[in-house]
Amino acid sequence: MDFEPTDDQVALQTELRRFLAERIDHDARRAIAEMPGAVDRDLWRELGGMGVFSVTLPESAGGVGLGFAEATLVFEELGRAAVPGPLVGTFLAAGLDVDLAASAAAGEATVGLCPVGDPAFVEHLPALDALLVVDDGGVALAEPPAGARPVDRPLDPLTPVAVVEALPAGRPVGDGDLARELRTRAALLAAALQVGLATAAVEMATGHANQRVQFGRVIGQFQAVKHMLADAQVQVEVARAAVQAAGVELDDAAAGHQEASAARRAVDVARIVASRAADRATRACIQVHGGMGFTWELDAHLYLKRALVLDAGVGSPEDAKDALAAAL
Amino acid sequence: MRLRETPEEQAFRRELRLWLEETLPTLPPEPPFDDWEAKRAYDTGWQRRLYEAGYAGVSWPKEYGGRGATPSEELIFLEETERAGAPYVGCCFVSTLHAGPTIIAEGTPEQRARYLPPILRGDHVWCQGFSEPEAGSDLASLRTRAVRDGNHYVVTGQKIWTSHAQVADFCELLVRTDPDAPKHKGITWLIMPMDLPGIEVRPMRTLTGESEFSEMFLDEVRIPVENVVGAENDGWRVAMVTFGFERGTAFVSELLASKRLLADLVEIAKKTPWRGATAWDDAGIRDELVLIEAELEAQWALTKRNVSRAARHGTPGVGGSVFKLAYHETRERMGEVALRILGRARLALDDPTGVSARHLDHVHQRLYALSLSIAAGTAQIQRNIVGERLLGLPKDR
Repeated sequence: MDFEPTDDQVALQTELRRFLAERIDHDARRAIAEMPGAVDRDLWRELGGMGVFSVTLPESAGGVGLGFAEATLVFEELGRAAVPGPLVGTFLAAGLDVDLAASAAAGEATVGLCPVGDPAFVEHLPALDALLVVDDGGVALAEPPAGARPVDRPLDPLTPVAVVEALPAGRPVGDGDLARELRTRAALLAAALQVGLATAAVEMATGHANQRVQFGRVIGQFQAVKHMLADAQVQVEVARAAVQAAGVELDDAAAGHQEASAARRAVDVARIVASRAADRATRACIQVHGGMGFTWELDAHLYLKRALVLDAGVGSPEDAKDALAAAL
Repeated sequence: MRLRETPEEQAFRRELRLWLEETLPTLPPEPPFDDWEAKRAYDTGWQRRLYEAGYAGVSWPKEYGGRGATPSEELIFLEETERAGAPYVGCCFVSTLHAGPTIIAEGTPEQRARYLPPILRGDHVWCQGFSEPEAGSDLASLRTRAVRDGNHYVVTGQKIWTSHAQVADFCELLVRTDPDAPKHKGITWLIMPMDLPGIEVRPMRTLTGESEFSEMFLDEVRIPVENVVGAENDGWRVAMVTFGFERGTAFVSELLASKRLLADLVEIAKKTPWRGATAWDDAGIRDELVLIEAELEAQWALTKRNVSRAARHGTPGVGGSVFKLAYHETRERMGEVALRILGRARLALDDPTGVSARHLDHVHQRLYALSLSIAAGTAQIQRNIVGERLLGLPKDR
């Protein structure tokens, strides 16, 4: 056992972090919010070119040839930069045996992901090329539904939402086994995104606590503030370990070194703790910023809102709790 | 990032599992509650078995009589012994996990030769004389004085929270050798034989009803100068080395035991009648149990991260503090839900009829968990460590 990231894994993560830090700042994020469906197609292709959507695809198929362990590192960085767009759906579609897969992998196509349920709330709809619809019985790939009504005030300004009265049936692309697999993967990637969001929130709050002066000293000196951030960071560290362990276990299961059920259970664990860590950290970030934390102008609310959006996706923490309860 | 075991690690696990299967049925019965002489005999007996089988000092270097196991193998050792229900390190905690590793890291060749073998054999029990009534979280303000007199220090003062002092042979003792130096600079780490004149040990009863800790009164105890570990006035640094071991892997057995406790609690919940169904059918209780399970599993992943980090960098960094903060909170909530499930069975810590005796351990555990946010650095101190060393927030001093 050696659960520290390898040099290659560190390099992969660092390179993506550097790229995103340069490419996406406060203003860029708000500019993307104004684009149709809040997807920056140029950025999407750049991400595709870097292999973000093809991390786990074999090199023979044009992928990066790595595993879900690495995918957790990549998605942590995407979360940390709060990159808008249907990241999880596009990643999952790239791995399917469908025509669209290659263009999803390349970042040419955007693919949404939605659980079955009417009326449906579909994210990023105006920018979608296709929609993956998942329920217990199977997976379908659908055209983006017509007749959807965009929501004026989506929860997350970077995640536009449209309401669809009935989801299109689409074309079946897999059975219940695939549905379970996609759910597991979606849960892991959402958890990794949440670890990234939580990390960014603690960093932002720490930066503020280090320079905001009240009562003649920086507020980070006050234990009331310091301890709140320490508690948030503790949950982030625990969640990060759980998410990365689950990625490793999924890879081990795929290679026949681990029971698939044990790997799924590791993902359930990661899903549950990452959701809680993101909630704790993003709330702490708002609290540490005081009144400014409650404003639209500051990015603090974007972290909180994205974390809340991710909790409602395919492979939700509620699903994970049910699965874990059934296993206990 | 690799969680899979190497062939060597797998072989180590198999061999250990076989040995445990053979050995555990031959152990004497567990000692009675709070009988420390009996507990000493039991714990040192187990240490002796480990020694004879080559498992003593599993993580100690081979040249000092240990097994030289990698941190991964140490984790396997702790996992397998817990799984098999083997005894805990108990009275041998300070000797094998604090004093021994500190003497390996900082002791002289003579000290190593003299003190390490009896620790490994289970011949000697050690206790820790660090905290004082006026020096708890602010340990560096300790006042027990050591005045040089020829080849001896004459030590006078008072220690507290000294685990197993009433059955210990030696004490790892922090004393002030330079009262004029800044508080971190005048401290020395001494080996104190517990049979010297002038040592009075008064066991203290904790809220669980046990007397694991003692107060220790030192009245002109003459300790040979050769018993200094590290250099005179360099004891704070040596103590930090000791704490480095304490905050690394010391809670692994605890965590694994907690996973077993949780599994047991789930079984109890499934059998406990509850408003026409079982306690497990109550969504509030089930959710909390599931959450605790997820947290313990996630903390196990963090433990592997910490152990891997320590293997690569020599120390887990602040990982131990992160772990402890997460763990104590989970354990407190586990105790709360346990008592909800137990209902009126919570009124007793033992059951003369034997009907519910096994369940009642959860009541003890509920009480014991209160110590987890206090012992080995309070939660408040740990939060300062995480805030300052991990996040880089400024000190409040």
